Amino acid sequence: MPKLKIDGKEIEVPAGLNVLQACELAGVEIPRFCYHERLSVAGNCRMCLVELKPGPPKPAASCAMPVAEGQEVFTNTPMVRKAREGVMEFLLINHPLDCPICDQGGECDLQDQSMAYGVGRSRFDENKRAVKDKDLGPLVETHMTRCIHCTRCIRFSTEVAGVEEMGATGRGEHMEVGTYIEKCLTSELSANIIDLCPVGALTSKPYAFAARPWELARTETVDVMDAVGSNIRVDTRGTAVMRVLPVLNEDINEEWISDKTRYACDGLRRQRLDTPFVRRDGALSPANWDEAFAAIVSRLRGMDGAKIAAIAGDLADAEAMCALKDLMEGLGSPNVDCRQDGAALGGGARSGWLFNTTIAGIENADAVLIVGSDPRREAPIINARIRKRWLRGGFKAGVVGPNIDLTYSTEHLGAGPQTLKEIADGSHPFCGTLKAAEKPMIVVGQGALARADGAAVLAAARKIAEDCGAVTDDWNGFNVLHRAAARVGGLELGLLPGMGGRDVASILDGASKGEIDAVYLLGADEIPMERLGKAFVIYQGHHGDAGAHRADVILPGAAYTEKNATYVNTEGRAQRGRRAVFPPGEAREDWTILRALSDPLGCKLPYDDIFALRRRMAGISPVFDEIGLAVPAEWGAFGTAGAMDDASFATPIANFYMTDPVSRASETMAACSRAVLGLGREATGTDG
Amino acid sequence: MLQDKDRIFTNLYGVHDWRLDGARSRGDWDDTRAILGKGREWIVEEVKQSGLRGRGGAGFPAGMKWSFMPKEVDEKRPHYLVVNADESEPGTCKDRDIIRHDPHKLVEGCLVAGFAMGVHTAFIYIRGEFVREAQVLQAAVDEAYEAGLLGKDACGSGWAMDVVVHRGAGAYICGEETAMLESLEGKKGQPRIKPPFPAAMGLYGCPTTINNVETIAVAPAICRRGASWFAGFGRENNTGTKVFCISGHVNNPCNVEEEMSIPLKELIEKHAGGVRGGWNNLKAVIPGGASVPLLPKSTCDSVLMDFDALREVKSGLGTAAVIVMDKSTDVVAAIARLSKFYMHESCGQCTPCREGTGWMWRVMERLVRGDAEIAEIDALLDVTKQVEGHTICALGDAAAWPIQGLVRHFRDEIEQRIVDRKTHSRIQAA
Repeated sequence: MPKLKIDGKEIEVPAGLNVLQACELAGVEIPRFCYHERLSVAGNCRMCLVELKPGPPKPAASCAMPVAEGQEVFTNTPMVRKAREGVMEFLLINHPLDCPICDQGGECDLQDQSMAYGVGRSRFDENKRAVKDKDLGPLVETHMTRCIHCTRCIRFSTEVAGVEEMGATGRGEHMEVGTYIEKCLTSELSANIIDLCPVGALTSKPYAFAARPWELARTETVDVMDAVGSNIRVDTRGTAVMRVLPVLNEDINEEWISDKTRYACDGLRRQRLDTPFVRRDGALSPANWDEAFAAIVSRLRGMDGAKIAAIAGDLADAEAMCALKDLMEGLGSPNVDCRQDGAALGGGARSGWLFNTTIAGIENADAVLIVGSDPRREAPIINARIRKRWLRGGFKAGVVGPNIDLTYSTEHLGAGPQTLKEIADGSHPFCGTLKAAEKPMIVVGQGALARADGAAVLAAARKIAEDCGAVTDDWNGFNVLHRAAARVGGLELGLLPGMGGRDVASILDGASKGEIDAVYLLGADEIPMERLGKAFVIYQGHHGDAGAHRADVILPGAAYTEKNATYVNTEGRAQRGRRAVFPPGEAREDWTILRALSDPLGCKLPYDDIFALRRRMAGISPVFDEIGLAVPAEWGAFGTAGAMDDASFATPIANFYMTDPVSRASETMAACSRAVLGLGREATGTDG
Repeated sequence: MLQDKDRIFTNLYGVHDWRLDGARSRGDWDDTRAILGKGREWIVEEVKQSGLRGRGGAGFPAGMKWSFMPKEVDEKRPHYLVVNADESEPGTCKDRDIIRHDPHKLVEGCLVAGFAMGVHTAFIYIRGEFVREAQVLQAAVDEAYEAGLLGKDACGSGWAMDVVVHRGAGAYICGEETAMLESLEGKKGQPRIKPPFPAAMGLYGCPTTINNVETIAVAPAICRRGASWFAGFGRENNTGTKVFCISGHVNNPCNVEEEMSIPLKELIEKHAGGVRGGWNNLKAVIPGGASVPLLPKSTCDSVLMDFDALREVKSGLGTAAVIVMDKSTDVVAAIARLSKFYMHESCGQCTPCREGTGWMWRVMERLVRGDAEIAEIDALLDVTKQVEGHTICALGDAAAWPIQGLVRHFRDEIEQRIVDRKTHSRIQAA
């Protein structure tokens, strides 16, 4: 623990810090542009200069200078001030100073710091430099004349995102940041460079000229585009969600979010269900709540519970799922399922469906076996953590399933269960790698579980985890990677078929055969609707997606930005989402709809406010009492050993940008599908 | 004046054979094995005693630099020697002639210096424009391999030594030692931040020493003839012989090996045939390559050519490239041209240099025409001070110093030009 003096104040800091970090600890703010805690040190902006003793008689870049015992740091001497003012002047001479028309205005590092270090007038009488803008795709808008060459975007894409697509070309004042051959970035995390850019060179294209930061109301909440539960800030103006930004959470997303998390929000304005609908004479027509409820009650009252079924979708919140579970119990139906994709999860020990290692725990692992999962598309934030661990070295990754580029080097072991079997019986060489590792991880994805032999695959993965020492007293390396924000919450609540109940496959089977007469879809859109046969379908959700098209009655619910709700991420971490705007039109928070409907159905739910409902949830699973914590799970029995099919594991995500009703309604996500994946692009004459 | 018997570069002018046989006849590769036999410490100590200071410009004591390398070689982190042959400093052409006419001095130096630092692989980073020189150097290295002077058992010493000639692509900044490492690693040639210094984390993260061609090439001679012999030339702390490059308005521009601390006037008069039109026609001299401040005639009359003497007159020895300007020179335009050079060669990585070099050049261009206000001279000086010492590498300093020297010594000339232009435009308007 070196002791040093900062501006005369003695402070002891952990070894290995740089002077800038030490100054922060001492409460002295150091201006900076290029330095960023999560990126490598570039030391090129020269804004963080300080005076050091002992040292040469010139200021040193504090971001690049390690702390040393007995060092004296001066941050406010005339020399330092002059140096910083000089750097600021240099940064500004070729900066366009177009703040009034710049989207970064109001949240710009250059603007802020020029208030402290800028001199009032310019001595620069020459022409300013102009740089041609680059096309980086549908997400990132560029104004390269504003670029101050801090290289944060280059370092982010190279280091964190793992796509070496950005760089600098040219020399001296002709240096330009870009992609050399103009192309859009092929990373799922690309838009984070907008947050990193300290000036307005990289701004948000969908949000361009839409709002000023001081006009926005900010709500910190949780993302539902994947099962990571990234912490986000939803910025709203009036009733509209203007943008989504990351919120720092070291345990989950650090300070990154995926492009889908950030940009699917424009889908919240399109295809919305803002009033109840009832199917009359084969066509859906708008109705009021009373009519909708009456239509439901007239069909459901007196119906045998065994003929009623309910399926919860991928975006459902825990409150609504709890209410749905209780309602179905009241109706006497055991046919409830939260696993739209039919994954063979739930029922056994909690550890059998959680990402037990935790996301932050990935950094302690030294080997990983990825089974039937594409973390890069299913959970880009988790993939970035694995890459972060991989960058440190001494980390081996093996993949069973499709051979895909995960941004770190992986060994492709095989395509399907055959390879898994070999690893499980110890005959595969990668088994040795796992055994040799001190803290091995196994990540099982939905591509391996959402199939008929899913339970057997789960059992095989469990056997590998036990045989390779992945589960010890202080380490649990067994992980299930979910891709739906609702799934773990549903599993924790036990939204699973009751005694003699039907699961999703059986519900669909029953419906097409006429054994199921009514199906309640709580935002469930990813099932084959044509298999619902002649059943009476109630769809409760927020988007006019597949489920709404099939429905006989539509009950308009709230999207994730419009309700106070709880989501449990893949680690088993319950987090509270907060309402940023009200649901549109007649739409209501989902649990209140179920509560209201329960009354005329004659099985009134015993809670009148969200607190009572949450007490009920905590009664089912204590996880809901531990908000923000990943509650560790006991190791126990799960999975069913059995024969595995020979078919290869599939990737569950074909198009990263469109996975749920919100992102399917998003224009930005559609633009990304076209630009990045080349989907939906119309052929031109040159396509041959 | 240096006597012929004391010259190290005996084929500087290329009159003899540069190949191995010719080099051997001049004493190169003469029982190199015996030098290596005296051990690593002995060589480093001998170079330290000789007082040899780096010949690339900064003048850092070579022996001390070598001693910074770890004593023990970690198996996973081999040591590297990188020889800086990216000679691009305007006015400098000594390394070029050494490589062209005496390449074996450098190749042997690589072995001796490399052995002294526990190096098995030396890279010679040669400027891309030096096409012929690279061919000669490569031929010399090949000859040395063939004769068993390099390779698994270099000179029969049991020491494995490889020398790799690597051609640059013509960027001045790659002559900066850490930018050179980046370039060698295949990256964009941009200087690294220090610390860590190359001796701790250099090429591929391994301990590395970077030395100028001349520094390495004189090492065998020092070991052979003794530290005291080398230290016998020049003044204390500025010892040895040095190749000076004299160019510009002299009757006979040349490279010449001379004793350190020789008076500038003597150097020019004896070796370069004097200033064009006589000593009194002298206006200014840049004594150490483009990046050091120029000296007015009054200083040139008496100054000695060594590190400390030139530092005292606020200039520097640099690469010892003496650029002579007689009274016909538009000294403002000359310095403006250098400013353009630095703007063009700035790597663009750090702010003061990227933005400052262009700004300085543009103001200089206007000063050449007198199209400025007198107050702008001070503003320009202030800008040079804002660049100097605030950058990652020394290129910022190199861009600032010539302008500072110009303003220091020729301010009246700049001001006169501004006044003249104003008067002229007033007359025209009338």
